[in-house]
Formats: sequence, structure tokens, C-alpha cells
Amino acid sequence: MAALIEIDGLTKRFGSFTAVDHVSFTVERGEVLGFLGPNGAGKSTTMRMLAGFMTPSAGTARICGHDVQSDSLAARKSLGFLPEGAPTYPEMTVLAFLQFVGRIRGFSGRELASRVDHAVAITSLAGVRLQPVETLSKGFKRRVGLAQALLHDPEVLILDEPTDGLDPNQKHEVRNLIADMRAEKAIVISTHILEEVDAVCTRAIVIANGRIVADATPKELEQRAPSGKLDDVFRELTLPKVA
Amino acid sequence: MRNTLIVARRELGGYFATPVAVVFIVIFLALQGVLTFNLGNFFERNQADLAPFFNFVPWVFLLLVPAITMRLWAEERRLGTIELLLTLPITQAQAVVGKFLAAWAFCAIALALTFPFVLTVNYLGTPDNGVIATGYLGALLVAGAFLSVGAALSAATKNQVIAFVLAVAVCFVFAVASYPVVTDFLSRNTPVLAEVARRISVAERYGTFTRGVIALRDVVFFASFIGFWLFLNTVIVEHRKAD
Repeated sequence: MAALIEIDGLTKRFGSFTAVDHVSFTVERGEVLGFLGPNGAGKSTTMRMLAGFMTPSAGTARICGHDVQSDSLAARKSLGFLPEGAPTYPEMTVLAFLQFVGRIRGFSGRELASRVDHAVAITSLAGVRLQPVETLSKGFKRRVGLAQALLHDPEVLILDEPTDGLDPNQKHEVRNLIADMRAEKAIVISTHILEEVDAVCTRAIVIANGRIVADATPKELEQRAPSGKLDDVFRELTLPKVA
Repeated sequence: MRNTLIVARRELGGYFATPVAVVFIVIFLALQGVLTFNLGNFFERNQADLAPFFNFVPWVFLLLVPAITMRLWAEERRLGTIELLLTLPITQAQAVVGKFLAAWAFCAIALALTFPFVLTVNYLGTPDNGVIATGYLGALLVAGAFLSVGAALSAATKNQVIAFVLAVAVCFVFAVASYPVVTDFLSRNTPVLAEVARRISVAERYGTFTRGVIALRDVVFFASFIGFWLFLNTVIVEHRKAD
């Protein structure tokens, strides 16, 4: 069976600056791919192209076999996407926002209600359902974004920094949530919290200056440094070499 | 169609969840009242019609409609929600038309709330209510025309002030195109353009509605005017969504 996410030679140029440079990888069902890299390495740009928001300068990306450019709607239907910073409409209540996303996803009536209830339950938002999003703390806003991405139980999940701004308990919950869903989905999460890679990812890709510099399991990556620490490997891979 | 209406419904709800709706409607009604009764000499004219009211509608819309449209896309960009909206399984055109319909419905509500003018003139005399009805239809079409211009310009910039000023300027050009100042100048220099200016003038087309005439060519004009700007809006969103 084909991989759920297939990226081939994906490139994005902004003028003369190449943000993403021939990135290729595939993610199978059951995999959680940790997308690592320093700020500005091209993580978000890659994810935006994968979600069909940015048009690639070159290369292709497919979600569940649907090209994100030529068969964009079908690709987006199988995708749950948490954009960077988890944007939501500030004046809407959590419930109204999730209902809006659910309706766009094609649900209505009783099914819409049960989908929304389920998403609210797994992201622990029940207590704030009727509050406008703008009154919520950063951690809650992030979980609203997460609930929105999980609402339609998509086969492919792309989460840009899902645990940013969460407290340690909330981080733990989100990681458990991702681990629980792992079996039926292909999941990509970007992060710069390295312990997270150990905790949830089955595979890690390190990206620096738009290029993939490592693609391995977290265990294999750790073995590359004498200290056995992911931090050291990360620094080694992403800092410019001193001659 | 379903997705368009879902977007429109969310958007319209957004107006009423914030003070935007109340401020707009109160200012619109106050301005129309002052202009009709004071500047328009509604009572002194001693005629049972709403001509003074309808004469001022395009000018009030010229000022207020860009205030609605300036945030339409610029705000989505500022909040980052454009990334969320356009990675949901809807087409750009559905998002564009949905937002436009919401703004148009909002203007229709504001216009509907001017019903006391109709009651007043019916109490004082026996006006031709058919002419009043076509006047309202014309006013709604003018609002639609200005909205479509403002929405497209809002998609072109991240800055709401720029979106507002540009929209007022462009709408103003279409409003005054048939005025003697413009046409006299053009017919002295380039007579061909004078005729064009008269044809594309929103005010000229609106004038026939306020005289109680619904001409097919005027309806077609407004439909194609709105269609053109919405098309432009879709193209701009497609090209500049990720900027």
C-alpha cells in the first residue's frame, strides 16, 4: 500500500532565497514523524505546502494519493492541519468554532454534535466550551486548534508545534493523545523540544537551511553523538560547521 | 453552495459578536437621518417620496462600506486564520463569495432598519411605494458593488488602513464617473472615454432605480460589476494567500 504522505523534491523559493530545498520523504500509516530543525529552517514552509496553503516552486506532495495541488480538495479532506500558532477566530466560542469547522467538513445534525463532543472530550476542553476563544489562555487556544484538526478523524495529521505554550501536564496529555492515535494514522509534528521526539516519535527528520540533514529513528540519532544525547546531535547537525 | 453559506453564516455571526455591527448600524441610521431631514429638506419639499433619502445613500455607503470590507481579508491575514480557512476542504471561490454574501446581508439588514422613513412618508402622504421599493433594490445593488470592490482590495493588502483608503478611492471613482465635472472634462479631451465613464458609473445606474425603473441592462451591469470584482478577489486570494 502506498504511503499516506509522499513528498518528492519539494522546493520553495522566495525571490533568491530558497526556504525549502528538494525535500523528499514518505510517511506510512502508524508512523509519527518528528520534524526538527532550528527556527527558520523551513519546517512551517514544508508543512504549509503539504497542507496546500503554499504553492511549491517545484516538486510534488501527495496526501493519501491525492496531489495537494491538482487534487487539492480531496487531499484536504483526508488531512487534519494545525497551522503555526494555532489560529482561531477570537470572537467565536469554542463550541461555535468547532461546529463551523465540522459543518465545512460535511457533518450535520446528530453526527456534528457527537463529533464536536468527542473532539472536546479528547482535548479536555469541556470546561470552556461556551467561552469565546479570545478569553482563553495560550494552552487552551492550542488545544482548540488541535480539536479542530482531529474533528473529522483524518488519516493524515500535520501539527505545527502542537505542544508549544502548554504546561508540562498538558504536554503529557497531548503526547498520550498522539500515541493513542498513532496506529491508524500518519502523523507529522514539528517541534523544537527534543525530549518530545523521544516521547512520541517513531522517526525523526532534521532539517537545516531547507535541506534534510538526517532521517532516522530517535534511537539511531542519539547514537550518533558520543554523549548519546539528542541535543548534541541536533547541534552537530544544524550549526554551521566551523572550519 | 453549502460551504459558501457556512462561511457566510460564520462571518455574519462575527459582525454581531463584536461591536462592529452596532456601531455601523447606529452611524448609518444617524447619518441617513441627519442628511435626509436636514440637508435633504425632507419636510420643506412637501413631497411624499423618499428622494432626499435615496440621494444620500450612495455617499453614506461610500464612507461606511469600505469600513466593513477593510477587515474582510486583511483581518484573516493578521490573525493567521486565512491559513486555517484555506486549508479546510473549500475552494477559494466559496470562501470569497461566502464572505461577500455575509457583508451584503449585513448591509441589507442596515438598509431594512431604515423602515421608519418609509412609515413616516406613508403617514404624511401617499407616496408611490413601488418607487420606494426599486430605490431600495438599487441601494442594495450599490452596496453590493462597493462591497465587491472593497473585498478585493482588502485581499490585496495586510494593512486595514490601506484597504480602507484604497476602497474609498476606487468606489469614489465609480460613483462620480457620470458627474458633469468628469464627463465634461473627458468629452473636451477624449470624447470616447466620456461615454465609457457614463456607462460604468454606479451613480448613473442607481439613478434609474430611484426613479422607479428596473432596467435589465442596469441589473446586468451590477451583476457583472460584482462578478468581475469577486473574480478578481479570488485571483488575488489565490496568488497572495501565503504572503
